Amino acid sequence: MPFEPFTRLTAHIAPLRASNIDTDVIMPKIFLKGIDRKGLDAGVFHDLRFLPNGTPDPKFVLNRAPWTEARFLVAGDNFGCGSSREHAVWGLLQLGIRAIIAPSFAGIFFDNCARNGLLAIEAGSDDVDHIMDHARAGAKVTIDLPAQTIETVGSTIAFDISERRKFMLMNGLDAVGLTLKRRDEIAAFEASYLAERGWLTEPERIDR
Amino acid sequence: MPAPKTLYDKLVESHRVCSLGENDDELLLYVDRTVLNEYTSPQAFTGLREAGRRVWRPETALGVVDHVNSTRPDRDVLLNEERDIQSAYFAKNCTDFGIELFDLFHRQQGIEHVVMPELGLILPGEVIAAGDSHTTTYGAFGSLGFGIGTSDIEHLLATQTLVYRRLKNMLIRIDGVLPVGITAKDVIMAVIREIGASGATGFAVEFAGPAISGFSMEGRMTICNMAVECGARGALMAPDETTFRYIEGRPRAPRGAQLHAARESWSRLRSDPGATFERTVEIDAAEIEPMVTWGTSPDQAAPISASIPNPDDEPDADRKRDASRALTYMGLEPGAALSSIRIDHAFIGSCTNARIEDLRAAATVLSGRKVAAGVKAIIVPGSSEVRRQAETEGLDRIFLDAGFEWRQSGCSMCLAMNDDVIAPGKRCASSTNRNFEGRQGAGARTHLMSPAMVAAAAVAGHLCDVRTLGTA
Repeated sequence: MPFEPFTRLTAHIAPLRASNIDTDVIMPKIFLKGIDRKGLDAGVFHDLRFLPNGTPDPKFVLNRAPWTEARFLVAGDNFGCGSSREHAVWGLLQLGIRAIIAPSFAGIFFDNCARNGLLAIEAGSDDVDHIMDHARAGAKVTIDLPAQTIETVGSTIAFDISERRKFMLMNGLDAVGLTLKRRDEIAAFEASYLAERGWLTEPERIDR
Repeated sequence: MPAPKTLYDKLVESHRVCSLGENDDELLLYVDRTVLNEYTSPQAFTGLREAGRRVWRPETALGVVDHVNSTRPDRDVLLNEERDIQSAYFAKNCTDFGIELFDLFHRQQGIEHVVMPELGLILPGEVIAAGDSHTTTYGAFGSLGFGIGTSDIEHLLATQTLVYRRLKNMLIRIDGVLPVGITAKDVIMAVIREIGASGATGFAVEFAGPAISGFSMEGRMTICNMAVECGARGALMAPDETTFRYIEGRPRAPRGAQLHAARESWSRLRSDPGATFERTVEIDAAEIEPMVTWGTSPDQAAPISASIPNPDDEPDADRKRDASRALTYMGLEPGAALSSIRIDHAFIGSCTNARIEDLRAAATVLSGRKVAAGVKAIIVPGSSEVRRQAETEGLDRIFLDAGFEWRQSGCSMCLAMNDDVIAPGKRCASSTNRNFEGRQGAGARTHLMSPAMVAAAAVAGHLCDVRTLGTA
C-alpha cells in the first residue's frame, strides 16, 4: 500500500532506554485479532501506557509532556525483536510516530518499517546516547531524510540508509507495483530455475 | 577457481532474479514456497484485492490455521462456533486465490512449522519466507527460511519474490561431545546466552560441528527455530544423510527418479572449504548444562545449577538496568538458587518443542510420576499428525496418568492468542521460545527450558535438573 512520504520533520522525541523492546510489548496480542489495519493506535505499548484499570499510567513516557506530542522515538539496542507482527509498525504510525532511532533493529521489524513509511535509523551508540540526552531534556530534534541528518541543539548527526530505501520512503512507494514492472524478468528466471529442478514441480506425490 | 562460498551465499545466488542496488547488497530474491497463517495474512490479501492482483503461483503456498484456535480436546464438536473472524476471512482468501487450506478441522492441521516439514514440503536448497518469525526453522534442511511482515507477504504472493537485503555470514561451531541428557534446546539457549539477543542481527548463521550432525531433524529444527531469538534471519545446517532419510517417503516429498536427481543437487549444498564468515563463534558442547531463563529476554538464561544473578555484578550499565527490570517483572530475588523457583503452570508445546521426539522425551520423565499439587500442566502437540503418532505410541496415557492435559494442536500458550492465557503474577515452566513480558498473558512470568526440563519442573513443583529428578 502506498504511504505518506517522509522528507523533513521537527518534533519531540520520546526516550525509551531499554534494550530488546519486543513486538509483544509494542503491540500486545489482544490487538491482533482483526483483519484490517484499523484501531491499532490503542494497542501501542498498551500494557505500559495504561494501568490495569484502563487509565493512562502517568509514569510512562508517552503519557508525559512534552512527549505526548512526540513523533519520534529513541530506543536501546535490538528494537522490535521477536514476532513478525507488522501490526506493531501500523500501530506506531497511527499513534503519530514517524521515525525511530536506535543502535540496532531486529531484521523483520526494520523491513516492516520501510514498507510502511516509518523511518528506522540505525545510529552509533554514542550518537544514540547524545540523542537520548536531548530527548530526556524535552528538546526537539529535526530529521532530514534527503540530507540524511538528525539535527539537535548544537549538533548535526549524519546517518546511513540504503539508496533504495531512502527513495521509497521519500516517495511513499508501494514495492509490489515496482517489482511487477519486472514481471518478464521474474518469469524468465522462474522458467530456467524450475527447469533445472524437476522435483519442485513434478513430485510423484502420494496422498494419505 | 571461483571464490569459495558459504551455503548461505549459494542459496542467495541460486535465487537471485536481479540486483536492485549498485553493489548487489539489495536484490530481488525468488521464493520457492510460503506458509500462511490466519493472523498475519489478512491485510496482505486485502491489499491484493484492492489492487486487483492475483497470486503468482498459488500452488507454492499452504494456509494453516494455528495461532488463534482453541486446543481444547473437545474443539471438534464445537464446530463453527469456534470460527472467529480471522479464520473465516482466511478460508475465503484461500478459496478465492486458489491456495490449499488446512483449517481447524483438517486431518493435517497443526503449527505451521511442524506441518510443513512433516508433509515433506521443506526441501534442501529452497528459499521459504513466511509471515512468522520462526520460519528460520527450515534452515535445518539446508534451506533458507526467514520471517517477513504482512506487506512482504503481499509482495511475495503477488510476485513470488521479495526485495531482499543480503546478510553477513556467521558460523557457530558446536565442538566436543554433548553430555548425556543435554538437548538441542539447551544448546540453542546456551548459544543465545553467549552471543546475546541481538548477537546475530544482520547475519545468517550456519551451525556446524559434531554435536549438530549428531542431532535428529527434530533437534536441528529446534535449534534453527530459536536462532531468531538471537536476531538471525536465516539459520542454516548443511543437509546430510539424516536430512535425506527424514524427507524420503513423506507425503509431498519427491520420489523415485525425481528424488534421485534432487539428492544429486542437494549433496552440493554445503559451505566450501575456506569460505569467509564475518564472525565465528565456537562453543564446547561438553560444557553445556540444562538451561533455564530467569528474565524477560531469551538471553537472560543460566544453567539450572546456577543462582539468580545479581544485576549489581553486571558491569555494563544498560544490561544491568535491563536485568534489574526483568527481575522485578519476574518477581525474583538475586542470589536464590534457580532450582528453588516454584511454578504454577507447565506448558509443553510450540513450533520449537512439540514434535514427536519432544513428546517422547517428556513421556520418559513423566512415566510413573505425578504432576505436583497446584501445578496446571498441559501438553499441546505440534500437529494433529504428532498427536496421532503419540497416541499410537501410548504417550497420551502417560501424560494423562501424570496429570497433564492432552490437547489438540495449535500455538496455544506459547503466545496466548487463544484461550490458554496465564494470569498476572503466575509462573510457567515452558518449552517455548519467548519469555517476553506479557507473552503468555499480561503479567505472566515465563521460564524457558527443554520439554524434559518442563516435565521435571511439573513433577517437582519447582525448576529442577531433570538429570537428578527423584535422586536428590
